[in-house]
Amino acid sequence: MSSHPLEICLVFSSLLFCVGLAGALSRSNSILVLLGIELMLNAANLNFVAFWRYGASPAPATGVVFVAFSVAVAAAEAAVGLALVISIYRRQKSIRLQEAVRLKG
Amino acid sequence: MNTLFLILVALVTLGAAATAMALRNLIHSVLLLIGSWIGVSVFYLFAGAEFVAFAQVLVYVGAVSMVVLFAVLLTRRSRADIAVTPDSLSRAISAVLASAAVLGVLLYGIVFTPLRVSGAKGPSATVKQLGVELMGDHAAALLIIGMILTVATLGAVVIASNDPKAEDRQ
Repeated sequence: MSSHPLEICLVFSSLLFCVGLAGALSRSNSILVLLGIELMLNAANLNFVAFWRYGASPAPATGVVFVAFSVAVAAAEAAVGLALVISIYRRQKSIRLQEAVRLKG
Repeated sequence: MNTLFLILVALVTLGAAATAMALRNLIHSVLLLIGSWIGVSVFYLFAGAEFVAFAQVLVYVGAVSMVVLFAVLLTRRSRADIAVTPDSLSRAISAVLASAAVLGVLLYGIVFTPLRVSGAKGPSATVKQLGVELMGDHAAALLIIGMILTVATLGAVVIASNDPKAEDRQ
């Protein structure tokens, strides 16, 4: 297998995505599930930068601009997710996902 | 040399992330994930995307990690309630199997796809160039992302400050 840097980057981001996926699926603590989702988002950003740097890129700054927007959306998602975790903890006194079974608290 | 450095960064990042996802102690997990995010930003620096590297450090290492640490500390019942109760083994095994299947599909796609690659010298985006792009072609997207951030932050404040006891009194 030829080891062009692009392939190494893609393998790296796939592995990071799968680590995040395994964490999000296997843990029942909602904070850890959120952190697994953050890892998956980071892996997607890695792909954007890798294709911008090594791929046949159409415009000089497209990948970087896209990653900047993606990071901003990820920050908003983390804030809302953790606010939800705190709200669930206040109502149920637990942040285990198995115990959050009521929609109306 | 460059490839070796890239593999080293990748190994450190992946090791930190995997250990964080397997640990029992939440605080240790968050600290290891901060290390993993720093590894990702080192990769961005290595790839020549300095602006994104600094944004990654500011947003993830600076802000998101603090929000997560606050959430960890606000949602524990007692001083010793940091360790997570262990999850079921069958669930962990099925999660690892599912993500291994996804990894297999991804690796198959990477290995057997003819990738079009450019030469050794990649594109360079200076901060000035980025600013012109953001304010020119992507001005509408920049305004929308500002709106999304404002609305999401306000919504987070409203959700987190919603006290059930105060509602009962009404």
